[in-house]
Amino acid sequence: MAAIGMVIGASWNGARSFTATSGPGLSLMSEFLGLAYFAEIPTVLFDVQRAGPSTGMPTRTQQSDILSAAYASHGDTKQVLLFPSTPRECFDFGAISFDLADRLQTPIILLTDLDLGMNDNMSDPLEWDDSKEYDRGKVLSADDLDKVKFGRYLDVDGDAICYRTYPGTHPEKGAFFTRGSSRDEMAVYTEKGEEYEQNMHRLMAKWETIKEYVPGPEIKHLEKGVDTAVLYFGTSEESSVEALDILAEDGFKLNAMRVRSFPFNKEVEDFIDNHERVFVIEQNRDAQLRTLLMAEFELGPDKLKSVLCFDGTPISARNIRKQILQLLPGNNVTPLHPEKAAIGQGE
Amino acid sequence: MSYQKPKFRHPDLPVNELGYTKADYEGSLSTLCAGCGHDSISGSIIKACHELSIPPHKIAKLSGIGCSSKTPTYFLGKSHGFNSVHGRMPSVATGAAMANRDLMYLGVSGDGDTASIGMGQFAHVVRRNLNMVYIVMNNGCYGLTKGQDSATADEGSTSKKGDPTMFPGIDLAGLALELGATFVARSFSGDKEQLIPLIKAAMTHRGFALIDVVSPCVTFNNNSGSSKSYEFVRDHAEATGTVDFVPMRDEIKTRYPAGSTHEVTLHDGSVIRLHKTAEHLDPFSRVSAMRVMNEHKLKGDILTGLIYLDKNSQELHEVMQTSQKPLNELAEDDLCPGNRLLKNINAALR
Repeated sequence: MAAIGMVIGASWNGARSFTATSGPGLSLMSEFLGLAYFAEIPTVLFDVQRAGPSTGMPTRTQQSDILSAAYASHGDTKQVLLFPSTPRECFDFGAISFDLADRLQTPIILLTDLDLGMNDNMSDPLEWDDSKEYDRGKVLSADDLDKVKFGRYLDVDGDAICYRTYPGTHPEKGAFFTRGSSRDEMAVYTEKGEEYEQNMHRLMAKWETIKEYVPGPEIKHLEKGVDTAVLYFGTSEESSVEALDILAEDGFKLNAMRVRSFPFNKEVEDFIDNHERVFVIEQNRDAQLRTLLMAEFELGPDKLKSVLCFDGTPISARNIRKQILQLLPGNNVTPLHPEKAAIGQGE
Repeated sequence: MSYQKPKFRHPDLPVNELGYTKADYEGSLSTLCAGCGHDSISGSIIKACHELSIPPHKIAKLSGIGCSSKTPTYFLGKSHGFNSVHGRMPSVATGAAMANRDLMYLGVSGDGDTASIGMGQFAHVVRRNLNMVYIVMNNGCYGLTKGQDSATADEGSTSKKGDPTMFPGIDLAGLALELGATFVARSFSGDKEQLIPLIKAAMTHRGFALIDVVSPCVTFNNNSGSSKSYEFVRDHAEATGTVDFVPMRDEIKTRYPAGSTHEVTLHDGSVIRLHKTAEHLDPFSRVSAMRVMNEHKLKGDILTGLIYLDKNSQELHEVMQTSQKPLNELAEDDLCPGNRLLKNINAALR
């Protein structure tokens, strides 16, 4: 809990900082995440998910912090999530998360899991572009403050992201009070309903802006005329790809998409809209990503079907294949290769 | 409580070395109850900062949640402020202070904020010796929620409702001494002559400086049975001595007879002078400070003034040997080892 407080204090003061935790830590840090969301302080948090709830199976893997991270903290909050799939992507997303946090002035939560965080993985070599410069976002210097009228929560550019200042910048201008209580555009405490609402609406407008910045989905397979698709994220990738290959050999063609972040952008919505049914593969009991998709896109329960694994082991290709075969319409299909189909039995 | 802050100021308000008047250190109008001890402490903070000629924008003020934590709005309007979550100002202050060693960090908390929900974070910010001033506005009750007893209410002390506190009170100054604090003082909101020099000394001290200020809650805990009422504190406060703070640039003019006065030169050349009256107290000995404080407590008195000072305090940046350049000024060249080193790491993992 203190770690996220330090991250917020350091970020507020203009230094890039992050901390890492697992599910119980995420629960403890939720109040601070709400503060960072509402007061708009850049924050980077890695959550290595493991099997919950409570202490659960602390040495086993799951993807079961999706909902508690996405809506972390009381009140109306929405948090930005990134879902890396590989060690390489952990590295790359780790780097961009600081740019995103500074640019978007909000917490960025990287949701990886124990499978990726603790087990040995093969990885492409990590690479760094030496010409890359940090994006520190909208921060006013002393010179800027002499030229413009500063209000911490004024939407000057129309993208709902406001300008901030670091403490100690200017002797006379740019000071403001950061707080978790409601305030007006000039950062002055207010309990006026209309000012509070205006701010909450702006935060929703910012949520739209965020969609332009976070990594979009990876469309793995898109073929016209195919009415069934799978959607997965994080460490379900390799077994999903393998399962799809086997299913193709079985004679079942499915389109596929890997979601890489929340908020979901239009591409995710279109992909779902363009299919009759979508299987959502995830490693938790309650189909948390499916719930998130349904809530955000206002989808009915029929469209998205769950493929789940929550026994603490990474989801396997044969498990995915077996569940998909059961879910396909008319699930009494006769496989083209019965000997292969039998592999999926008994899981 | 008034609803408008008068804009008028005396045209000849004295200016400090920076050309600022005291008004330049004020904040917005207080919304606390009329007569609240906390407003007096805000006044003392304003005066101390003005007299020390600290540029207001070089101070960062942080607080938790509660009546006390509202006060940073009411002083230092030209400073950045941070009203964090309940009991967790110490962690936010730690992050902020580590990010920029060039600012002064002033934390304001209350007895509920520090001695209950924030106890864990308080303990760690003390033992890390973070370079900050930590003022507890201590009224022994939760004033924002109708005056329930807090953890610093003394056993047997009664609130307005009349029920005596059932548990021993936590003594934050004693606790800080135990945890290794390098500057421990106690004062009373109604004693500005004592409090202002203590705040100045705390601001100049390198390391964690606690000032536990008894600050009566006029609305809920100022009754005759309370040990945190104006009347009780006036009757039972016994000062360790009087404290003078002489900033570095001022010449020391008056001299006191040897033996009765301790002079401490701080790292920037400023001098704290303690004219001792409490018998047997050696304010540079932790053991002596704990003993004398406990003796006063047993007698039912409150020992105020400077209680302990570690003259050789090393603050967190010094202990951790962090970069002299503030961390928030480090850019790509300082922070990023580049692709060449990353290739070495890749190779090492093959």
